[in-house]
Amino acid sequence: MSEMIATRDAYGKALVELGKEYKNIAVLDADLSGSTKTALFAKEFPERFFSAGIAEANMLGMAAGLAAGGMIPFASTFAVFAAGRAFEQIRQSVAYPRLNVKIVATHSGITVGEDGGSHQAIEDIAIMRALPNMTVLCPADGPETTAAIRAAVQFDGPVYVRLGRSKVPTVFTGGCDFAIGRAAQLRQGKDLCFVTTGLMSAQALEAAAILAEEGIDARVLHLGTIKPLDVNALLKAARETGAIVTAEEHSVLGGLGGAVCEVLAEGCPTPVERVGLRDVFGQSGNAEDLLVHYGLTPAHLVEAAERVLKRKRA
Amino acid sequence: MLTQQTVSELENAAKHLRVEILKMLNIAQSGHTGGSLSSIDVLTALYFHKMRHDPGNPAWEDRDRFVLSKGHAAPALYACLAQAGYFPMEDLKTLRRLGSHLQGHPDMKKTPGVDVCTGSLGQGLSLANGLALAARVAGKSYRVYALMGDGEVQEGQIWEAAMAASHHRIDNLCAIVDCNGLQIDGEVKKVMNVDPLGPKFLAFGWHVLEVDGHDIQAITRALDEAETVKGQPTAILARTVKGKGVPFFEHKASYHGVPPSDDELSRALEHLGHA
Repeated sequence: MSEMIATRDAYGKALVELGKEYKNIAVLDADLSGSTKTALFAKEFPERFFSAGIAEANMLGMAAGLAAGGMIPFASTFAVFAAGRAFEQIRQSVAYPRLNVKIVATHSGITVGEDGGSHQAIEDIAIMRALPNMTVLCPADGPETTAAIRAAVQFDGPVYVRLGRSKVPTVFTGGCDFAIGRAAQLRQGKDLCFVTTGLMSAQALEAAAILAEEGIDARVLHLGTIKPLDVNALLKAARETGAIVTAEEHSVLGGLGGAVCEVLAEGCPTPVERVGLRDVFGQSGNAEDLLVHYGLTPAHLVEAAERVLKRKRA
Repeated sequence: MLTQQTVSELENAAKHLRVEILKMLNIAQSGHTGGSLSSIDVLTALYFHKMRHDPGNPAWEDRDRFVLSKGHAAPALYACLAQAGYFPMEDLKTLRRLGSHLQGHPDMKKTPGVDVCTGSLGQGLSLANGLALAARVAGKSYRVYALMGDGEVQEGQIWEAAMAASHHRIDNLCAIVDCNGLQIDGEVKKVMNVDPLGPKFLAFGWHVLEVDGHDIQAITRALDEAETVKGQPTAILARTVKGKGVPFFEHKASYHGVPPSDDELSRALEHLGHA
């Protein structure tokens, strides 16, 4: 059993380490630092931590101002508030001027759980990737998060990092050699390819194991970067397998599934099954139950694989 | 206290800048006349007296920063930057034209001397907070000035920023509100009343000063006082006249986003003594 780590925990620790190396990192939070784990940085470097209170719009604006003043600001809150409430501030004050702000949004997707639909961001990938100058990262596990946060610091420009609430299995057990824009093939395969992000990549590996017992050889391509999309890896997977299943803890509209369809429709028309929320909001429940309810389990991925294979053969 | 000579020089500079604003808007046939004219005296006092900046070195790390939160007054800012020498005066003729660095709203990526991108009202004070805090972390002593409109303070984000500025004791921040009393749909009082503004900023923990926004002496005195205030930011409420300087533009909401026609321009220039 691989180690279970919450990506937000990896983030909190990574920030402290990076804060020691980079004296110009600043961190802002909107009264959720206990949950986003920026509280660790706040304790270590109080002079570089700025509480914004429950005022996300001002938080993003302040982050932009700090960046314009030469700092590398990390602004954190729940994804629904980061991408949603402060969307225009991200658009106008961060993306449009291409300021070096890192928006690390935790508690994305339905695994937020009991807080319910108002707190479950199922549209944040779609809206963030529509912004020019925005890089969108969605790491699978603890190690990839640690690497992605470092990559974000070293990258000059706006970055949105999507993290989750719950502990997730470690996929990059041998360490993670992360590069922005580079997909990671987690499993070779020739019959179909799961193209996944975030916690769905671990789910896809489980689904691939189930399919293997049925004699179906599934590739798993994990996109830790949604924007810029690793077009070459995606087209290669489409050409070599002829069938794609996308999966994300997000709506099937406009997120990873949408991005993949955009690329394939132009570059290599291929049958695609999109797994995700079917244009519905989330609701209260525990994370496990919600994953089942919204069709985000390995069993659902196996069904999607069987559907796409039928279309491939047709 | 400025000498009378300095005051006269600055008043003359402002008059000249009014001419440049009107000319560039007329050529562009697009842009915001009323709010540019109402703010130019404050901008003159900032760019030609108060602010520490260097047109030869727009990226000077210790420069004072300026945030035009009411970004649509860009013509006023551009006139000041050109006059100061950040770019040729000739460029003003290209306002809002495709390919020009002089965008409809200030663009830090395109125009030398512009510190931040603005245009969507309500966001500039937050930017100013961040810029001011960056100075603190870096141990620098530059000051940050932010100019807002009185209609603009209807935006909730302004009050988030005001709360934060006080909470974080951002005393190297000075906000100026260009209180011309008008917005697009009419009087601010009638569209969405923001009065009493002074007591609001006081309640938010700011030091508050009120001045005639067309009185250079009073403006500079207020800017100087703001610099002495420790532990809290300062808000200067500048009472202004929308369209100030051209009688037939004054007090009119209708010239908010409308440029002068050729006829209006020649009459205006005549009035300003630049026929």
